[in-house]
Amino acid sequence: MTTAHPDGIGGSPLRPDGILKVTGQFAYSSDMWHEDMLWGMALRSPHAHARILSVDTSEAVKHPGVYAVMTYDDIPGSKFYGLEIKDQPALATGKIRYHGEAIAIVAADHPETARRALAKIKVEYELLPTITTEEQCLDPETYGYVHTPDEYKGHASGNVVHSQKVVSGLGVTDEVRAMADVVIKGDYVVGMQDQAFLGPESGMAVPAEDGGIDLYIATQWLHVDREQIAPVLGLPENKVRLTLAGVGGAFGGREDLSMQIHACLLAQRTGKPVKIVYSREESFFGHVHRHPAKLTYETGATRDGKLVYCDARIVLDGGAYASASPAVVGNAASLGMGPYEIPNVNMLAVALYSNNPSCGAMRGFGAVQACFAYEAQMDKLAAELDMDPVELRQLNAVEQGSIMPTGQEIDSPAPVADLLRRVKALPLPAPLDTTHLDIREIPGALSNTSHGEGIVRGVGYAVGIKNVGFSEGFDDYSTARVRLEVIGGEPVAMVHTAMAEVGQGGVTVHGQIARTELGVERVTIHPANTEVGSAGSTSASRQTYMTGGAVKLAAEAVRNELLALGRKRYGWTYNDLSLVGGKVVSASAGVLVSIVDLLGDTVIDLTREHHHRPTVPFDKETGQGFGHVQYTFCAHRAVVDVDVELGLVKVVELAAAQDVGKALNPLSVVGQIQGGSTQGLGLAVMEEIIVKDGKVRNPSFTDYLIPTILDTPPQPVEVLELADEHAPYGLRGVGEAPTLSSTPAVVAAIRQATGLALNRVPVRPEHLTGTGES
Amino acid sequence: MRVTFNANGREVEADDVWEGESLLFMLRERLGLPGSKNACEQGECGSCTVYLDGAPVCSCLVAAGQVQGREVRTVEGLADPETGLDDVQQAFVDAGAVQCGFCTPGLLVQTHDLLERNEQPSDNDIREALSGNLCRCTGYEKIMDAVRLASARKCSKSEVSQ
Repeated sequence: MTTAHPDGIGGSPLRPDGILKVTGQFAYSSDMWHEDMLWGMALRSPHAHARILSVDTSEAVKHPGVYAVMTYDDIPGSKFYGLEIKDQPALATGKIRYHGEAIAIVAADHPETARRALAKIKVEYELLPTITTEEQCLDPETYGYVHTPDEYKGHASGNVVHSQKVVSGLGVTDEVRAMADVVIKGDYVVGMQDQAFLGPESGMAVPAEDGGIDLYIATQWLHVDREQIAPVLGLPENKVRLTLAGVGGAFGGREDLSMQIHACLLAQRTGKPVKIVYSREESFFGHVHRHPAKLTYETGATRDGKLVYCDARIVLDGGAYASASPAVVGNAASLGMGPYEIPNVNMLAVALYSNNPSCGAMRGFGAVQACFAYEAQMDKLAAELDMDPVELRQLNAVEQGSIMPTGQEIDSPAPVADLLRRVKALPLPAPLDTTHLDIREIPGALSNTSHGEGIVRGVGYAVGIKNVGFSEGFDDYSTARVRLEVIGGEPVAMVHTAMAEVGQGGVTVHGQIARTELGVERVTIHPANTEVGSAGSTSASRQTYMTGGAVKLAAEAVRNELLALGRKRYGWTYNDLSLVGGKVVSASAGVLVSIVDLLGDTVIDLTREHHHRPTVPFDKETGQGFGHVQYTFCAHRAVVDVDVELGLVKVVELAAAQDVGKALNPLSVVGQIQGGSTQGLGLAVMEEIIVKDGKVRNPSFTDYLIPTILDTPPQPVEVLELADEHAPYGLRGVGEAPTLSSTPAVVAAIRQATGLALNRVPVRPEHLTGTGES
Repeated sequence: MRVTFNANGREVEADDVWEGESLLFMLRERLGLPGSKNACEQGECGSCTVYLDGAPVCSCLVAAGQVQGREVRTVEGLADPETGLDDVQQAFVDAGAVQCGFCTPGLLVQTHDLLERNEQPSDNDIREALSGNLCRCTGYEKIMDAVRLASARKCSKSEVSQ
């Protein structure tokens, strides 16, 4: 009973926050300002692993302009918090476990006062040997524990955060190996990528008269922040109220707490509003990163290219605290074979505790690392079999009805072969014109280091599989409140959710859904806060599915109540009613009444929850189980120019094809695919947090490189809309899938251009020139 | 110290400015002009780009005291109060070039400057001019679309006015 509206679903209306954002009026979390406010700042450890012998704050407290200095001992409530395992101290005590861990916090009248006060805090450390390699992590008897066993509730012992096996078919035995004509082996490494959202972690905590705290914050999930903050403050949850402040990007990096607890503690202590804004350096220390990974793959196939088995091991470095590592492991294990039918599988994925920076959620979430490895295997296999790499993928591609290695049937469209066909069919970019060279078009671009000699071009393909929503039995849900009333002689719908708008455009889509379901023109979006039920996280490509689904349910309920009002008042017996253009319309009898006349002074205000269909945890030993709500697929073709003398790469074009089920907002969908692809390009050729002996060597935008507009090529996008009957409007989560296959596609293109093996990302100049370690 | 300057056509003064403060801090925290953004504070991301005496600069790298007596134009000063949004602002909204929007103010100022100098830039001109402005959300394609759109609108207006 939905109705067409130009700014409804399927249209591309402008963002409701667009004008504010282009005029500088939109209030991001770092723009908060309050009369009488203080600035908060944290003292961070220069060491990766050390025992804290003493902390002396006496001089810092005396510094003029300083209102509070707090350490672990000043925390009123629980000392630990965490997303899945409560293993992270709100302020360090006893031990430092990573470079940059917060030890003390201050509140002062100016950021510079705070900085100077921090410099006066004296900390005595006893340095401990760092535990940073896989070998060290897996041998705690020799190298020690990152977390002493039974040190606190939640984790008993050992440096393994979580592991997950997946075994299907006959597993991988000698007999199974004997069934393969060719065997491809590979060891792969994925570096530590950062979300590098532009808006630094920031927010403002304001003490309230009831003894509670109001926090204005950039986050991905208001309610889960509150669940972690309130116990540390020693407050009941209803006294900690969160309102979303403008978010400058997230990409998973805001799933964990950063400055939230610190700002609240300082506001509680001083009785004044406290603002914290991280510098870029502090941002690199203050949030979790993408897990760096070591991946070992062995793939067997028949001579005609059918996959027989895959034996794989994925080791993820989780860093000092657990964060989302258990769920990342679940994804890596269950999606680690790729979108391929493989009869026999043996997979082990593990996340380890170490003294490296903590790793957790980042766009693609465990599936990115695996995709780099399984796609490299497919290219190697194609070369070994002398087959076209795209044809080999198509030959083995899953489709609707295929069974995943977890035993789960793919029960919605899975057009993997078609996505590959579509990117392959796109016209190739024109060859480099070396006779009329614009140096801005060649690798190294403006640095004028070459004039086109030594450049070779390559083309590479890849495809990936990602889950949508929270998996493994998590009761994932979202809440929406929709209110319909007459304001100024017009029907106006208001949508209220706790969804974090981080830039993805959920606020636009919510308006589209309300317009579609209620046939009204005007929709206002209520600020997201904890006064309405949880929306869950803006992650896992789930928000349009989950909160969009909740808005749809609530709007439908409002519509039903409105129509019930009409039936009662006018005695309608039609069963073909809908709301169109501000009117109640019967398909058979035409316009019946305007919403304004029907509603009058009545206000309909209803709240609904949307739960997705239940999933189950994977079996610990076999990985079997209906663990994922929905699968999503994206394919890429990359064209690159490589200067083999300089070791420089320029991506010439990065084409994508993705099935989105139903494009609720085509403009935003394409924007998500291009943005996600660019982050994958970054991982392929430049993005890496360099960590040596547990120390972060490049915590700045000078040294951690993300793609600029010169590094990023034209990106044609093919969007497919094959509806998933289980999802609202048939939609499929969009945001993450493009981040998977762009990385291996770019690297495949570089391999094709150079003939080099390239088993590690990011690919650096020394890997291409043979002048450094690979 | 006290700093007096022209911000978006209006004489303003900031008191008690600390010698080490940046123009960016002064604009954001003392003058209520938070449109310029604080993303890296070392001139790498371009989010804080403003016009200083007509030339785009990273305001995080300019000491507050340096703007004494000078003219600063921020993203807040791009729109004309009478005619509404500038072409560049409108094009960014229309083309879907705004997602999280944190990079947008800096990109707008830089694009505005580009189109002032070169009304019909080639794609390579656009990429070169905007290479100092990082965007993490869009993948830049829609930003390219926005600049091309703004250029086309500006050119058609120039033709009309001729």
